[in-house]
Amino acid sequence: MKDMIQDTDVLLSVRGLSKFYGARIGCAEVSFDLFPGEVMGIVGESGSGKSTLLNCMAGHLTPDRGEVFFAGRDGGLRDTLRMSEPERRMLGRTDWAFVHQHARDGLRMNVSAGGNVGERLMAVGARHYGAIRDSAVDWLGRVEIAEDRIDDRPTAFSGGMQQRLQIARNLITGPRLVFMDEPTGGLDVSVQARLLDLLRGLVREMGLSAVIVTHDLAVVRLLADRLMVMKDGHVVESGLTDQVLDDPQHGYTQLLVSSVLQV
Amino acid sequence: MTDYNFAYLDEQTKRMIRRAILKGLAVPGYQVPFASREMPMPYGWGTGGVQVSAAVMTPEDRFKVIDQGSDDTTNAVSIRRFFERTADVAVTEETQEATVIQTRHRIPETPLEAGQILVYQVPIPEPLRFLEPSEVETRKMHSLEEYGLMHVKLYEDISQHGAIATAYAYPVMVQDRYVMDPSPIPKFDNPKLHSPAIQLFGAGREQRIYAVPPFTKVVSLDFEDFPFEASKAAGACALCGADNSYLDEVIMDDAGHRMFVCSDTDFCTTRRAQGHVGAEGVPS
Repeated sequence: MKDMIQDTDVLLSVRGLSKFYGARIGCAEVSFDLFPGEVMGIVGESGSGKSTLLNCMAGHLTPDRGEVFFAGRDGGLRDTLRMSEPERRMLGRTDWAFVHQHARDGLRMNVSAGGNVGERLMAVGARHYGAIRDSAVDWLGRVEIAEDRIDDRPTAFSGGMQQRLQIARNLITGPRLVFMDEPTGGLDVSVQARLLDLLRGLVREMGLSAVIVTHDLAVVRLLADRLMVMKDGHVVESGLTDQVLDDPQHGYTQLLVSSVLQV
Repeated sequence: MTDYNFAYLDEQTKRMIRRAILKGLAVPGYQVPFASREMPMPYGWGTGGVQVSAAVMTPEDRFKVIDQGSDDTTNAVSIRRFFERTADVAVTEETQEATVIQTRHRIPETPLEAGQILVYQVPIPEPLRFLEPSEVETRKMHSLEEYGLMHVKLYEDISQHGAIATAYAYPVMVQDRYVMDPSPIPKFDNPKLHSPAIQLFGAGREQRIYAVPPFTKVVSLDFEDFPFEASKAAGACALCGADNSYLDEVIMDDAGHRMFVCSDTDFCTTRRAQGHVGAEGVPS
């Protein structure tokens, strides 16, 4: 299996990933490939196993079965679940990024915005204050946070700004794969729109691959190339985003699509 | 005397502490957990240092205690008297004469020599504690050498104060492996951590012992463009005139008068006995 996929240029390959909470199913037998520059959306109702799946892929939870292969910079596919913990944590702060639903989970609230953004650089060995500061200013600019807020703590930021700060903090090391867990959750619609706009720009500009978990179909419509629909821990439908949303085949997907309020 | 075992602690406890010390010496900078005992003094008064001192003490030792550089403050006097009574060891105030020196927040100005043991009292042994509250996480960070966070603290200093404002408990890298809190000594003392003497650190409440063996490489963390600087108050000691020792500021009256004197009382006394006189000193 491993040799077979190696020929293609797949970035992330998930094979038969399953996680059980005792007798209950977290997610079961999930398989998919993600290619460079591609954004995969995962939708489903609360409790459908979206976040479990995401956390298993990102190494935050240990799955009970399955494999997650990631293409390292040297080209070879590595099983991230079986690599040593230092390697996995190194991956977590260089090639991977994780954007939490609540910015508080992903930020250090008692450290200034600049320190938050610079942390990943320092974690991979940057030791020049001026250079770290310049990168931090650059990245705050990219996520539309004014330069004069660089020494303010995230507690002084609005929810939308905190979320943008979290994104800057994650993208500063130039990751190739971003995991996002409800990146727009809990934000009001106009702030959501700006954040989505920003994310779309960054994803296109940096050629990022991303896995986005959300229950908001508008988010995947805007960002995702492909879509997986989950229910009760199983993937019930997958395909191109527009295809799945415009012509849903599975009963649950039809229900999901028709549940969206039209304004 | 007969009511207590030599140096207060029973022999089994001392064995347990010695094992922790040996492990600490074998892995410089690593925090070794140990079963800290209750001592007849409150936490924060040096219970960790006292246990380490008791474990390494022999009847032939000459014991010195310093508290913020001083031999004659309450803390120093009471710990010195404690070991006089429970171990009947000789005591001294002279750094050169002492074989075991227990210290709170200073390293003596007089260079230490091979054969001497310096025992530090440590309040918070974990250098990452104020950035990462989880002990599980900090242990993992130590084991995986993930020390980027320590630089985040120094970054915060520079961004807020324009320079690394951490003046005490300045984090160090020991033998290119473990980041260590050198206890709240002023950063002026950090270069002295590279020493021919054995340095032992005891944290009683936090139940940790760690060590820096003689001539171990100890590097203070910094940035390339903001290098480490062993700072002290500008000026010379008003009593002995020394301009190379760490100075305490003493407020003299309500009119704003102040003077700077050596924090190390033994160093200052010795210099005055040798005939050095500062700006406000009187020849002895």
